[in-house]
Amino acid sequence: MIRSLSSSERQLGIALSVALALLGLVMLGAAKVGPMAVHGAMAIAVGVALLFALGGGLAEPEPRGDRLARYYDEPTRFGIVMTMIWAVFAMAVGVWVAALLYWPEATPLWPWTSFGRLRPVHTSGIIFGFGGNALIATSFHVVQRTSRARLADSVTPWVVLIGFNLFCLWAVSGYLMGSTQSKEYAEAEWYADLWLVVVWVVYFVLYMRTLARRNEPHIYVANWYYLAFILVVAMLHIVNNLALPVSLAGAKSFTIWAGVQDAMVQWWYGHNAVAFFLTAGFLAMLYYFLPVRSGRPIWSYRLSILSFWGIVFFYVWVGSHHLHYTALPYWVQTLGMTFSVMLLVPSWAAAGNAIATLNGAWHKVRDDATLRFMFVAAVFYGLSTFEGSFLAIRPVNSLSHYTDWTVGHVHSGTLGWVAMIIFGAIYTLAPQLSGRETMAWPRAIEWHFWLAVTGTLVYVVALWNAGITQGLMWRTYDASGALSYSFLQSVMAMAPYYLLRTIGGALFLAGAVICALNTWATMRSARAGAEAHDRPLLPGPALPEPAE
Amino acid sequence: MSAHDGEAPDVDPVTGYETTGHDWNGIKELNTPFPIFVITILGLTVVYSIIAWLLLPAWPTGRDYTRGLLGLDQGEMAVAGYQRLADGREDWMARFVAGDFDAIVADQALMAKAMPAAHRLFLDNCAACHGTDATGGPGFPDLADSDWLWGGDPATIAETLRVGINSPHPETRFAQMPAFGHDQMLERAEIETLTSYVQALSTGQADPDGEGGTLFADNCASCHGDGGVGGLGIGAPSLVDGHWIYGGDRATIFATLQRGRQGVMPTWADRLSEAEINLLAVYVSGLAAEHEALASR
Repeated sequence: MIRSLSSSERQLGIALSVALALLGLVMLGAAKVGPMAVHGAMAIAVGVALLFALGGGLAEPEPRGDRLARYYDEPTRFGIVMTMIWAVFAMAVGVWVAALLYWPEATPLWPWTSFGRLRPVHTSGIIFGFGGNALIATSFHVVQRTSRARLADSVTPWVVLIGFNLFCLWAVSGYLMGSTQSKEYAEAEWYADLWLVVVWVVYFVLYMRTLARRNEPHIYVANWYYLAFILVVAMLHIVNNLALPVSLAGAKSFTIWAGVQDAMVQWWYGHNAVAFFLTAGFLAMLYYFLPVRSGRPIWSYRLSILSFWGIVFFYVWVGSHHLHYTALPYWVQTLGMTFSVMLLVPSWAAAGNAIATLNGAWHKVRDDATLRFMFVAAVFYGLSTFEGSFLAIRPVNSLSHYTDWTVGHVHSGTLGWVAMIIFGAIYTLAPQLSGRETMAWPRAIEWHFWLAVTGTLVYVVALWNAGITQGLMWRTYDASGALSYSFLQSVMAMAPYYLLRTIGGALFLAGAVICALNTWATMRSARAGAEAHDRPLLPGPALPEPAE
Repeated sequence: MSAHDGEAPDVDPVTGYETTGHDWNGIKELNTPFPIFVITILGLTVVYSIIAWLLLPAWPTGRDYTRGLLGLDQGEMAVAGYQRLADGREDWMARFVAGDFDAIVADQALMAKAMPAAHRLFLDNCAACHGTDATGGPGFPDLADSDWLWGGDPATIAETLRVGINSPHPETRFAQMPAFGHDQMLERAEIETLTSYVQALSTGQADPDGEGGTLFADNCASCHGDGGVGGLGIGAPSLVDGHWIYGGDRATIFATLQRGRQGVMPTWADRLSEAEINLLAVYVSGLAAEHEALASR
C-alpha cells in the first residue's frame, strides 16, 4: 500500500491518520465509558497503527514514475481481503444463530452472546462487511476498466475502504455491547452513521471524479448501477438515521420519526437497502464480470436501459409492502403492492439479459465454475425477484408475513444471487490482480460451487416449507371456530426445518472458507509487485476523436 | 472505442445482431430489439396496477386519498373478520359465559367441541410457565396432579385465573411463605431441624412429638395444616404428598424456610374473556382427573 503512494500522499495519509486518532480521542474523552468510548479507542488504535505504518514508510523509495499510467489495484486487493474476512466471520455468526434457533439451550449465559445481539452482527456483517467491501472493491476495478482511466487519486480509495471497515467494526462491536438504534439493517448508532455519511460522500466524489476522467465516450451500464447504489444508499441512510442523541457524550439516540411514519421510513430504507445495496451494486458486478468472463457481448443494450430505469424508478415505491395489514394506511399498501408487481418486468429483463448474454458461451458455463457462479447468480436473481413481487401481493402476504418464508426469500437473494456473483467476481479478479492465469487451486472452485449451490437449495427449500407451514398453522380454524394450533405447536413444528437450514448454512459457510483460503493462496503466490496486465488509455494527441 | 462512421457494422456471429458500436475494454453490447413479450408483460403489470388503483384505496390527494370503487376499509375488514370467527364459536362459547360448570362438564357434546380449543388456549397462555403437559416446574405448580393451593374445582380455578396470585389485580389472591431465617423468626438450628422434619413429612417418617414436630406445630401448621396436609385453600401447599413446587431436596427446603417464597400468578382478567377463563378453568380442573385415570390404568 505505502510503496504505491508518493511521499506527498504519504504525508497526507499521516495527517488523516492523526485526525482519525484525534477524533477517537475526543470520543473517548467525551464518553469515558460505554460503547462510544470503546469505539473512540478503536479509532485511536486504527489511527495510530496507520500513523506508524505511514511514518515508517516515509523513507521508502518513491513509486515508479509510470504508476499513473497503470490502474490502481491495491485498494481493490485490500477490499477483496476484507470481503473474505467479513464473509467467513459473518457467515459463521449466521450459522451459529441458526443453530441457536434449533438448540436455544446452547446460548451461553453472557449478554454478549445472546441471540438478539448476535443476529444483527450476522446481518450487518454480511450486508455491509461482506457485500459492502465487495461492492467497493469491484467498483474501483470496474470504473477504471470501463473508463480506461486510473482512479482519480491514490489516497481517497483508502479513506473509503478503511473508513467503511471502521464503520462496520463500530456497528458490529456496538451490537455486542448492546448498543442499537433498533432499526433493522440500520442498528448502528448516530456517530457511526455520521461517520458513514462522510465516508460515503468521499466515495461518491471519488467515483464521479474518476468517471469524469474517462477515455470512453459513453458510461458503461455497470457504472450506472454503481452510481445508483452510491447515490441512493446515501439518501436512504441519511433520512432513515435522522436521530437526536440523548447526549453528545454517549451512544444512545432516538429517531426523529414516530409511530407509523417511523415504520414507513424504516421499510422505505429497509427495502431499498435490498434494492440499491443488495441489487443495484450487484447488477453492476453482473454487467461487468459476466461479459468479461464469458467473452460475449451484453445481449441487449435496450433491455439494459429498460431494466435500469425500471428498477431505479419502481424500487423506491415498494417499501410499504413490508407493512401490509398494519396501521399503515391501506392506500400506501396498495401503492407498494402495485409497484412491486410492475417491478417484476425490469428485474426479469435484467436477469434474462444476463442469461441471454451467455448464448454462444454455454460450453464455458459447463466447464468454468467461475462463470457458473455468475450464471446461477442470474438465475437466483430472477427467482427471488419473482418471489419478491409475489410475496408483495397483499393476500399472499397475509399467509407469508411474519413467517420464515420471508427469511427464506431474503436468503435466496443473498446466498443465491448476491454471494454467488461476489464469488464469481472474486474468482475472476484475484488471479488477474496477482498476475496469474488461474486461482491457486482451480479445482477448489468446483468444490465451492457445489457446496454453495447445495447449501443455498437446502436452506431456501427448508425455509419455504417452514414459512408455509407456519403461515397455515397460524390461520387454520377447526369446525368449532377455534384456532387449530397454538403458537407453541407452530414453533415446535419448525424443528426439522431449523436443523436443515443450519446444515444448509454450514455447507455454504464451508464453501466460503474454501474461497477465502483459495484467495489467500492465490494472492500469496503472486510475484512481488504483481499487477494486472491491462493499462488505461493515456490521454494524448495520438488518440482519435471520440466518435460521438 | 467506437466503430461508427462508415466502418462496416460489427455483427455478432452467434446471434446475428449488430453491436451498438461501443466497446469498453472489450465489453460490447448488442443492439437487440425489445422482445415483444417483455413489453407485453410490462403492459400487463401496468394494467393490473391501474385496475388495482381504481378498485382499492390508492393515491393520496392532499388531505384525502382515492377511496377505490370497492370502498374497502382495512379497519372495518379486520373487525368484520374477527366478528365472523367469533360468530362461528358463538353456539358453544356462549355456554361458558354463564359458567354453569356442572352443566358444562355433564354435556359431553359440548366438552368434545370445547376441550380441544381449551387445550390450544392453555398452550398459548399457560404452558410457558406450567409446561406443555401442565406438570409445572421449579417455581410453577403441577396442574395435572390432585394437589391444589387454592382449590381445584372449576369455579375456584376460574377465580384464580381472574384475579391471579400476588398479582396487581385489586382482588388478587395473596399468599406468602415468610422468610423465617432472614426475618429472624427462627434460629438457624431450628430451621435445620424443621428442614429435616419437613423432609421426613413427605416420606411419612416424621415424629410429631419430637423437637421438629413442636416447631412445626408452632410455626407452620396454621397455614399448612396439622401434620402439613395442606388443603386449607389459602395458598399453602400440602407437604406430605411428595409434590414440590420449588424442590424437596434439603438445600431447597432450607432456602425456602430461610428466605421465604412469594410466587406470582398473573391476572388474566385483562387478557382473556370471561368465557375463555371459564373454558380454561374447566380444562385445568379436568387435567387432574385425566391424570389419575391414566395413573390407575
